[in-house]
Amino acid sequence: MDALEAKYAAAKRYSETAMGLVFLLCGVLAVAFVLLISAYLILSGLPAIREVGLLDFLFGPVWAPTHKTEPQFGILPFILTSVYGTAGAVAVGVPVGFLTAMFLSKLAPRRLAAVVRTAVDLLSGIPSVVYGLVGMTVLVPAVRRVFRLPSGATLLAAILVLSVMILPSIISVSETALNAVPREYEEASLALGATETETWFRVSAPAASSGIAAAVVLGIGRAIGEAMAIMMVAGNVANMPGLFKSVRFLTTAIASEMSYAGVGSLQRSALYSIALVLFLFIMLINVILNLWFKNKREG
Amino acid sequence: MEQLSLHRRMYDRGLRLLLRLAAALVCALLAGLIGVIFLQGLPNLTWAMLTSEPSVIRNITGILPNILNTVALVAGTLLIALPLGVGAAIYLTEYAASHRLAAVIEFAAETLTGIPSILYGLVGMLFFCQKLGWGSSIRAGILTLVIMILPTIVRTTQESLKTVPQSYREAALGLGSGKWRMIRTLVLPASVDGIVTGCILAVGRIVGESAALLYTAGSAAVLARSLGELLTTSGGSLTVALYMYSMERGKIEVGFAIASILMVLTLLIDLSAKLVGRKLRRN
Repeated sequence: MDALEAKYAAAKRYSETAMGLVFLLCGVLAVAFVLLISAYLILSGLPAIREVGLLDFLFGPVWAPTHKTEPQFGILPFILTSVYGTAGAVAVGVPVGFLTAMFLSKLAPRRLAAVVRTAVDLLSGIPSVVYGLVGMTVLVPAVRRVFRLPSGATLLAAILVLSVMILPSIISVSETALNAVPREYEEASLALGATETETWFRVSAPAASSGIAAAVVLGIGRAIGEAMAIMMVAGNVANMPGLFKSVRFLTTAIASEMSYAGVGSLQRSALYSIALVLFLFIMLINVILNLWFKNKREG
Repeated sequence: MEQLSLHRRMYDRGLRLLLRLAAALVCALLAGLIGVIFLQGLPNLTWAMLTSEPSVIRNITGILPNILNTVALVAGTLLIALPLGVGAAIYLTEYAASHRLAAVIEFAAETLTGIPSILYGLVGMLFFCQKLGWGSSIRAGILTLVIMILPTIVRTTQESLKTVPQSYREAALGLGSGKWRMIRTLVLPASVDGIVTGCILAVGRIVGESAALLYTAGSAAVLARSLGELLTTSGGSLTVALYMYSMERGKIEVGFAIASILMVLTLLIDLSAKLVGRKLRRN
């Protein structure tokens, strides 16, 4: 090997090694971000929990952080509102989403399916503040009129907005699951004399059940993390949840006081603790989703 | 069908109707949303509003600063997140020798996807605005968004890298090419459409984001005189402006005007993602 060739080979080796390292760094960055976020949420969330006491914080029924003599930091109303709101959104959104997915996967002619799919894509692209604005100007007054309430900014309005917002992900994940059902299952059922609808609902749907369940869990994750749209329709009062009451979710509890809670105050660190609780909820959902997909891959 | 019992016939008819109703409801929701937004937004959208800076003294409502802030956020975030995301995807598909590390990275990306944007906003505020002392600024917003959209770019790039046939790689390596050279001259050009799709999706998320920006980039609406000033001062995106106008200042009509701009952007982004996706499938 002459000198020039050796030099070229060395340069090639260096640039190859260097680029390999660069790509490794890029890959590790995602892990670093997760660690950074977890570390910050835990470190800034713990002090207030320690000061208030874990049980008083999680199960305290009253949130009155600015009370002059006896400020109270109970976030039970927020936790329950988030749980009820999410459950309500799933109860309304999942049936509609599942039926639409079934329509797209089995009943719709190709052209029509493409149109509906475009509509679903557009719904998922609409910014959450736009949902909030329409909810605030159309839905909230409607809720007030229909149920003769003093104000329509209630848990019910938030549930309806959330259920529309989680529709797109439920539809697309369920449709993928329904499309993946082996053709033979359906043919066998049809050959045995079942009608098409009986086949879809009694053979295809159970066969796709784990994918549909994943869609539901994904919808739960979306609903529990939404903030801005709910800020605009739920009324933002720290009440215990009731369908016709003005309520505050975990997300909106953080957002609505962040702009005026004094830096370094217990009120502000309590907001960080709420964020930590929300983070733990989300991580739980992530773990469930991951286990689900893993089981499916192995099973 | 005639031999079927009445009960089964009803079941069949009823379910078919139900499926059609659900799909019709979804379409009607979209049509209603678009109708409400454009009917109330477009009449309020004036050229003067699009091209001026707001001023309380002269009673001018303008959203030009918010438009520029949004453009800056999109451009800045992509500029940083694109190389990082593509790099991570390349590592995962081309390099990752240890399956365990790859699994950890993929789990991290999944986790980032699931974190709600309000938490990104909070951590961005704690880290960039307070710890680094940047205050509410576009640059804090940009870096927060980089973390947020990284998984989107990684995932779409990874998918399109996987579609490059293994035989291309073997041919290049067999001819004596190094790995980086093979990636640069062969794998990346072959998967550029998928990377573009990822970028379009990311643009959509950035344009629509609000919770992560409210406490990092802030809500100011002042025209910056230089790029440096733009990046280091507080600036509200269009979505944040929508929120401020309709919630804090009670100017619903301005909110609707901004909403109609956002709807047009959403339509355009969806359309261009579809076009690129179609081109991708044809190849």
